[in-house]
Amino acid sequence: MDHASVPDSAVWCKGLCKRYGDVVALAGLDLEVRRGECFGMLGPNGAGKTTTVEIFEGLRVPDSGDVEVLGDRWRGDGLRLRARLGIQLQETKFPEKLRVSEVVGLFRSFYPRGLAVSAMLALVALEEKAEAYVRTLSGGQKQRLSLACALVGDPELLFLDEPTTGLDPQSRRQTWEIVEGFKARGRTVLLTTHYMEEAAQLCDRVAVVDHGKVIALGTPRELIASLGAEHVVEFAVADSAAPAVTESTLRALPSVEGVESDTGNWRLRVREVHRAVPALLAALAERGAQPTHLTTHSATLEDVFMALTGRRLRDG
Amino acid sequence: MAEPAAYAVRAPLIELTLARIRELTREPEAVFWVFVFPIVLAAILGLAFRSRPPEPLPVAVVAGPHSQARLAALSRDADLKPRELAATDAHLALARGHVVLVVSADDPPSYAYDPTQPESRAARLAVDAALQRSAGRTDAFAPGRTELTEPGARYVDFLVPGLLGMNLMGTGMWGIGFSLVVARNGNLLKRLVAAPARRSHILGAQLTSRLLFLIPEAGALLLFAHFLLGVPLRGSVILLVGISLLGALAFSGLGLLTAARPRTIEGVSGLMNLVMVPMWIFSGIFFSTERFPAAMQPFVQALPLTALNDALRGVMLEGSGFVSLLPELALLAVWGSVSFVVALKIFRWQ
Repeated sequence: MDHASVPDSAVWCKGLCKRYGDVVALAGLDLEVRRGECFGMLGPNGAGKTTTVEIFEGLRVPDSGDVEVLGDRWRGDGLRLRARLGIQLQETKFPEKLRVSEVVGLFRSFYPRGLAVSAMLALVALEEKAEAYVRTLSGGQKQRLSLACALVGDPELLFLDEPTTGLDPQSRRQTWEIVEGFKARGRTVLLTTHYMEEAAQLCDRVAVVDHGKVIALGTPRELIASLGAEHVVEFAVADSAAPAVTESTLRALPSVEGVESDTGNWRLRVREVHRAVPALLAALAERGAQPTHLTTHSATLEDVFMALTGRRLRDG
Repeated sequence: MAEPAAYAVRAPLIELTLARIRELTREPEAVFWVFVFPIVLAAILGLAFRSRPPEPLPVAVVAGPHSQARLAALSRDADLKPRELAATDAHLALARGHVVLVVSADDPPSYAYDPTQPESRAARLAVDAALQRSAGRTDAFAPGRTELTEPGARYVDFLVPGLLGMNLMGTGMWGIGFSLVVARNGNLLKRLVAAPARRSHILGAQLTSRLLFLIPEAGALLLFAHFLLGVPLRGSVILLVGISLLGALAFSGLGLLTAARPRTIEGVSGLMNLVMVPMWIFSGIFFSTERFPAAMQPFVQALPLTALNDALRGVMLEGSGFVSLLPELALLAVWGSVSFVVALKIFRWQ
């Protein structure tokens, strides 16, 4: 089939569709990951991120649509293409009674070239655990072992599906450092996440995915800039005073670019906090409505997702 | 600390096989059930059913005017162990199985015994002969006597090939089935396939490790049985090894088939039992398949474990050769290869 494949794209897909029975997982998803970039798919659970990645990994077949990975297509067992990929699944239980070095050695044996096991273990900070049984590892160490197995073949393209879900902040940062080190060597990463911090920290570009489609695409900075406001003010008022606060009042406040409400909580997207907040407090005082809470933060990808869908990422 | 260990890069099939072997040998329970349990079972059963001099048959004589003379007459037969009891006690002892026959106090006496019990019937013949003889009957002739208790005809000789067959079935099915389902359940199979591991290597490693384990597993039981229990090996050792290999492969195939689809341990356990329980019962592990009625024989004889047990008994106890065991070996080969082909077709990798 003819298509305009871009020579420097690492992954390219067009019109991906996939249904599981009555559930539509992918509804015509288009995506292009360039070589050398770290690309993030950000979206809530069930958005179709894993299905997309597993189609790229040759583990699922789309109902329709075109996919190219490193200029190749999936046919047969695809062993030659696989040898150029590093794949980490959402969760893998490695045999409990194998030693860490044995598991990495096992995965190393599948690749025609790659890192020495001891070098790989050093890279993921598991040298101390080389002779330990998998069973004795903490969650973060298991995740780094899983990363080691994905990286040991020195892949051109690394797929990470929810690499830090369920990890403590320190383990998460350790994982990020490993991915950043890999990226620094000019390799390509495609990761899925529902943590906006992760996407913002690691990714050159982010695709926001919802209901099996890409609903926004750009660098984290571009996506946040698309909100037209860099800050978010959230507040709530007591129920008795609620009728006094209306959307039009809030929109009229200086520096306010957007207004959303959700069960009594108001979110204002504002350009300048120091102008918007005094005006907001004055407007509330004028109407006899005391705020029960008020917070401000810099706009994040989470706010982008909320502005696009009206839902939070974690709500699923 | 020494220098960091150097890790060699080995062929994937070797690494996958090593992983299986390491997993199993690091599991003390697995080592027990595979290697120690069959030997313990053979030892216990061998002890329980060991050959011993025939026990005399316990009989009761009801107390009365003739009881002393009758006791004396019966005592002369070494195969009988008579004692005197009151009438009610004697019948109670018979009902409880403490004695197998009761001689009444009447003259001439009558014998109370259970004709469905071989020991009771034997006691009737011996008691009657002893009492008739003491009453004056003479034997027409004195027969000669040849006693046969040759090795190979004992229960333990029958048992050991059956235990070996049962073990080959159990470890073949569980060894392969359990580890595949655990790997599938933990996404490990999917991860191996996602990394460029060949599917043939993943399954090949299961078989290779299975066959490697066969050596200590069958070897330990056979050496123990042969040298400590005196179980004979009348046929060729090579044929015995060949039959064991074929049996292990056939049950590996069945294990692969049973584990081809289930995602959970509960799921595969149910299927394993469904496949194995009929063979535990019908395939002649502990007693001969000839005990089952003729109508069931086609089913009994079609079971792979029946074929394996028959072949093992043939080569060990009867010294059968390859040609005479061909039907059993062919049946095993069919079971194994059909299971493999179907398993590969329906295998679930994720």
